[in-house]
Amino acid sequence: MKDKKFIVAGVIVFIVIATFPFWYNRGKAAPAPVTLLTEKAKAAKVCVRSTEYMKAEHMQLLDLWRESVVRRGERVYVSPGGRQYNMSLSNTCLDCHSNKTEFCDRCHDYVSVDPYCWDCHIENPKEKT
Amino acid sequence: MDSSRRRVLQLLGLSSLALAVKPVFNAFAKEEAQAEEPAAIVKQDPKALKAKQWAMVIDTRKFETEADLEPLVEACHKIHNVPHFENKRHEVKWIWAVPYHNAFPDKAARFLSEEVETKPFFVLCNHCENPPCVRACPTQATFKRASDGIVMMDFHRCIGCRFCMAACPFGARSFNYRDPRPFIKELNREFPTRMMGVVEKCNFCVERLAVGQLPACVEASEGKLAFGDLYDPASNVRKLIASNYTIRRKQALGTEPAVYYIV
Repeated sequence: MKDKKFIVAGVIVFIVIATFPFWYNRGKAAPAPVTLLTEKAKAAKVCVRSTEYMKAEHMQLLDLWRESVVRRGERVYVSPGGRQYNMSLSNTCLDCHSNKTEFCDRCHDYVSVDPYCWDCHIENPKEKT
Repeated sequence: MDSSRRRVLQLLGLSSLALAVKPVFNAFAKEEAQAEEPAAIVKQDPKALKAKQWAMVIDTRKFETEADLEPLVEACHKIHNVPHFENKRHEVKWIWAVPYHNAFPDKAARFLSEEVETKPFFVLCNHCENPPCVRACPTQATFKRASDGIVMMDFHRCIGCRFCMAACPFGARSFNYRDPRPFIKELNREFPTRMMGVVEKCNFCVERLAVGQLPACVEASEGKLAFGDLYDPASNVRKLIASNYTIRRKQALGTEPAVYYIV
């Protein structure tokens, strides 16, 4: 038992290092991101679905859109409000939400998700290069 | 616990009763979920062009030199964001020109007339009726659309295994060995690009057909290419096939290409 002090010291060092991120960041929780709407989005008032639905389910909606457009060739989305939309990420979503960095990226960065939509879909359809 | 025969039988009876009642509860649960927000409808654009099997007829008599083909290739590659790589091994192409003996290796007689030997022939994905690429694809990223016979690529699903490239007897498919974005001369912002590691090919301009436009190459050809429904006897392609001698590429393989050449 003569190594006891080394073991205890080692365990303490381990616990300190392992819990370092928790006590170092204590009380400094990053504020929830605020997404900005463009003038066009504000003027439109309604998105393809309600805001709550879009917040929670936009990824499922986009997944449905891609399945429908690519595999079934059905490209028109009639929202519950009766409006018709062309089902296109670049041409419809980003037409209103043309501020990707302030709208998409803020939340995605906050929750640390990295969707690879933008590898192919053009992220700023309205801007000139 | 007292597990007499009577008790076991009682339990069994209760369980089967519960199972019988379950669908009723399910139905209630569904109704409630639907009541929250009415469902959205997904449909086709009424302007969309429809066919049982799209087909193309290329009038090779009207194409003399590379210069005749160039604007059509340009039209296609521009609207689809097809990258231009200097390195031949990285080349990506949807529609391009090859000499006769490459386009029709099984029909190339010896000592061909110089005109046929030197003339360029358009080649593109044949949108076969029996496509071998579709059978080779392990993820169903490439598939034959039942509604109009177009052999399509779903780039979201493509894992870049290149089985389809090996399976296609026409070399119609290209692989993105590098990130294509920096190599696109003029970006068409309304159409996506591709990413490194996916296979791409001609899509018969599905995005244009869906809004009632003919494919870009057909539009740019000023009547040298015809596009229509192969199974409609009154369609322009059927009339051309019926009134001219046409050939198809590697017909003996049985893939039933849907691109016909008037020679």
